[in-house]
Amino acid sequence: MNSIPLLTLTLFAPLAGAALIAFTPKDAGKAVRLIAFAASLGSFVGSIGVLLIFDSAEAGFQLVEKVNWIPSSGASYHVGVDGISLWMILLTTFLTPISILASWNVAKKVKAFHIVILILETGMLGVFMALDLLLFYVFWEGMLIPMYFMIGIWGYERRIYAAVKFFVYTLAGSLVMLVAIAVLYFIGGRTFDLTELYGAGIPAGTQYWLFAGFFASFAIKVPIFPFHTWLPDAHTEAPTAGSVLLAGVLLKMGTYGFLRFSIPLFPDAGIRFAPWLAVLGVIGIIYGGVVSIVQRDLKRLVAYSSVSHLGFVLLGIGALTVMGTTGSVLQMVNHGLSTGALFLLVGMLYERAHTRKIADLSGVNRMMPVFGGIFLFVALSSLGLPGLNGFVGEFLILNGAFGPIPLLSIIGAFGILLSAIYLLWAYERVFTGEERLPEGDRRSIWRDVGRREMALLAPLLVAILFIGIYPKPLLERIEPSVQRVIESVQGNRR
Amino acid sequence: MVRLAAQGGTELPGYIPLIPFFPMAGALLLLLFRRSIGRGRWAGIVASSVIGSSFVLTLMAVGNLMTMTGAPEERTLSGPAYEWIAAGGLNVAMTFKVDALTAVMLLIVTGVGTLIHVYSIGYMEHDERKATYFGYLNLFAGSMLLLVLANNFLVLYVGWELVGLCSYLLISFWYFKPEAAAAGKKAFLVNRIGDVGFLIGILLIYAHFGTLDFDEVFARATELQGAIVTAIPLLLFVGAVGKSAQVPLHVWLPDAMEGPTPVSALIHAATMVTAGVYMVARTHVFFEASHTAALTVATIGAVTALFAATVACLQDDIKRVLAYSTISQLGFMFLAVGVGALSHSPVAYAAAIFHLVTHAFFKALLFLGAGSVMHALEGETNMKKMGGLIKTLPRTGWTFIVGWLAILGIPPLSGFFSKDAILVSTYEEGWFLLWLIASAAALLTAFYMSRQVFLVFFGKSRSSEDVHPHESPSIMTGPLVVLAGLAAISGMWLGLTHAGPIFRLLEPLFGVHEEAGTEAFLGIPEAGLVMIAVALSVLGMFLAWRLYLARGGEERRAALQERWSGLASFVRSGYRLDALYGALFVWPGKTIANVAAYAFDVRVIDGAVNGLAVSIGRSAEGVRRVQSGLVRRYVMAMLTGAVVLLALFIARAN
Repeated sequence: MNSIPLLTLTLFAPLAGAALIAFTPKDAGKAVRLIAFAASLGSFVGSIGVLLIFDSAEAGFQLVEKVNWIPSSGASYHVGVDGISLWMILLTTFLTPISILASWNVAKKVKAFHIVILILETGMLGVFMALDLLLFYVFWEGMLIPMYFMIGIWGYERRIYAAVKFFVYTLAGSLVMLVAIAVLYFIGGRTFDLTELYGAGIPAGTQYWLFAGFFASFAIKVPIFPFHTWLPDAHTEAPTAGSVLLAGVLLKMGTYGFLRFSIPLFPDAGIRFAPWLAVLGVIGIIYGGVVSIVQRDLKRLVAYSSVSHLGFVLLGIGALTVMGTTGSVLQMVNHGLSTGALFLLVGMLYERAHTRKIADLSGVNRMMPVFGGIFLFVALSSLGLPGLNGFVGEFLILNGAFGPIPLLSIIGAFGILLSAIYLLWAYERVFTGEERLPEGDRRSIWRDVGRREMALLAPLLVAILFIGIYPKPLLERIEPSVQRVIESVQGNRR
Repeated sequence: MVRLAAQGGTELPGYIPLIPFFPMAGALLLLLFRRSIGRGRWAGIVASSVIGSSFVLTLMAVGNLMTMTGAPEERTLSGPAYEWIAAGGLNVAMTFKVDALTAVMLLIVTGVGTLIHVYSIGYMEHDERKATYFGYLNLFAGSMLLLVLANNFLVLYVGWELVGLCSYLLISFWYFKPEAAAAGKKAFLVNRIGDVGFLIGILLIYAHFGTLDFDEVFARATELQGAIVTAIPLLLFVGAVGKSAQVPLHVWLPDAMEGPTPVSALIHAATMVTAGVYMVARTHVFFEASHTAALTVATIGAVTALFAATVACLQDDIKRVLAYSTISQLGFMFLAVGVGALSHSPVAYAAAIFHLVTHAFFKALLFLGAGSVMHALEGETNMKKMGGLIKTLPRTGWTFIVGWLAILGIPPLSGFFSKDAILVSTYEEGWFLLWLIASAAALLTAFYMSRQVFLVFFGKSRSSEDVHPHESPSIMTGPLVVLAGLAAISGMWLGLTHAGPIFRLLEPLFGVHEEAGTEAFLGIPEAGLVMIAVALSVLGMFLAWRLYLARGGEERRAALQERWSGLASFVRSGYRLDALYGALFVWPGKTIANVAAYAFDVRVIDGAVNGLAVSIGRSAEGVRRVQSGLVRRYVMAMLTGAVVLLALFIARAN
């Protein structure tokens, strides 16, 4: 055991920041922003500490902390990390300060905004750290409320509709999962402890039902076709910070859920349903890609592209091979970086042009060449250009899936054509050609990327390039934990 | 276990990875600091010295290879630079290998590349975005060097896609022109179609060999059984068809002429587009194993050679002639590798690489010459508005003429030897029909190139009064002279006979050529074939002369035009393939996407969900109040549920 509860500190640093902000005077906007940024940065530093302590040779949970919570029910405060959650945690702590920095111009209810974003961060981190089902469920639901407010209060025109849709969809799934958790509690020996529930020897027939219960919640979160229609609305209507965290972190919770809960808890069901997960993944790749092509709103296009990208992640998980699933975990990180960056860029564009409609924009590159160059760079990472991050993940997924499910892998490979079509066509229309200014706009509003903007984009760009050229530090930590999951499932079959 | 030991040959000398790394670093430098480097000639000087350094390193590598002893097959430099992707049993390192084939490609890329960089200093003199241009050019050079140095399929694929990216960036360099932006995108997308095939081929290779390393895969290539024997080479070839602009994926290359002309010379003539030929040559064991695949390569090559030559005959744009010419010449190279695979003919393989080399010289020369003409005429590309330029642009004109005679295959210029090697080996291996098609293409080549030379450099000037052509500065004509020299002598130097240096050099890869015993069809001896080829070139030249230079040519042209106008416009448009693809793929694709996005996603799925929401809420108006009422109730329900469940647990537990 560690003497310093590093995970707990990382987990609650944002919440502490939120509490501090609650006590600052209402008009201290600058102070609020600085506290929020500092708190999220504190959490980031904590997670870097976790990364440094993390032993890449160890496949199981590390830095575990366990405190009895409701002893009579077997629920405990039980947190830990493995090679899968490690990167989800780092992704969260990396993207949150960036989101706060990106929201420097938010003027509406500044205090509340930052409280919400910090609570959200603790919620997200909790989901990835929890090793107790009840604790997990508390964070899972708890996260829903700040995100609901984030979209509903600080969003764009159709924010209420989008927020309600997001809330109702997610809640519907969660309630089914809650029932499954309750059932699992009783048949699994009256415990919520994940490490005890692994290998609880649940009869296969029961596993199928419980798998389905968890599936409802995770499938909506991923999102899996046809439960995806909350996504474009929520992502498009959310403020930039909300979109970045939704796409960057929240979307990973569904696929993370499959890896952490559904598959290892219900290995027989996992084996049985994995090919269908892969089928749904491929449907997502193709459907999401096709629908993205004809979007008229740039932000909506980026939102829909997530359906396609998460389809790749699902394909890799459904393959149930170490290579494919390792690729999936890497791709979760990659998607968070690339799509997060795309949402930041679309947000910056909107701040200048006050429109996101592709038809209203043209020749932006001429007015903002640096911005255009960065957008293209990120778009290329998103379309899987070798040398940048996305390629490594997609190749591992396709290659890892080719062994067990070659046909699905081949169909999935066409996703790289679709992503090139929708991204480059959008880039052509928005950034190239003659510049056209929206009516009444003066040229002066088209200032190129500013210093603050560069500061928040640069870390993302560096990470995108780094992972593309040297993914080893990630892969060597992901692989043992993925292997453990896959072996527990495949071993169970015998 | 990590397998990083060098296979065969010696250890990889430390300077080899620097060959691609220098230009990559140059690109990063130029693109990040484009504002501070962008003034004056600095960007061009930096970029040129970087690629020049790679050229010097390449010479070192070649020197290193030549002084090696041991069996010819073992005279290679190979090894990993670093471990790249390792997970789930897959282990791909950045492995490089220099053998004879790679050495040839390295020399072309860095040598011709350096000349074109230098030429660009003059050509791009007045462009504001010089640093960006040279950054992209360096990035291209680095990527192409990565491609030819790769010693496994994935690194090859990395270089492959990166050169495609650079092609995209440079075609749409003047992105504010909508045509340029569209052409760049088209190039990238058409190439991606090919790349999907290539990628699936790589997946198949890994599935069957458990590795992507060239040496191991090639050594075990004959283990394959069944349909996969044909599937792997065909899928790889799909990639080659895209990258090397062969029918039916050639449509991007003519549009690619929107890019700056030195780019056309470097990327779309001398280097990138030859990557497909290189790839087929590199993976030739797969093609030899499948008669179907090899025949496909040879046939596509021959058909492309003829098809593109017919289109080239009717183009009026100086660069589009050269673009179609490049497609056609690449067809010749594919014909040769195809014949090499079909008949296990080392001469045919070597002929393909030989032609790749000479073509790199004379086509780069022709493109740069065209660029010099455009430079002189303030960007004019219509040959109908040129004429008689030999007087005002003597250096450009005379070097262009060397390139023209070289591509025609007039002895003793380079194209004569390399094209002859292709035609003769095709004929001698018994592929008479392919030889016939290629010979027809050669005739047309002579016609359209002569037409171009006559229209641009001879006859009366047709340019408008206020244009005053001036010869380009020596920073541009210098590279022209060097290339003209290479285009003139490289044939004699490398392949005077089938025992010339290029054929000997490549023997370790493709096998040793045995002179005796090939039964010639119709009993024509080699000398006869050579004479036929030269006669066809002279005939093509004569026809062009009759129509474009000789007295009465205009009338003859008018008569032809009247009689064949429909056919002519059909051929001129590239057989209307762009329109056909639009109707076959683009329009239906967009329609499907629109139906999915707006009819299905919005109406069906969302409609169902909203309908459900409405029926849950009391009325349609009730939904509007959802914002306050319903959500609060949901939250309450959820919390109550959770509390009840908790209470239940606690109660049961006690």
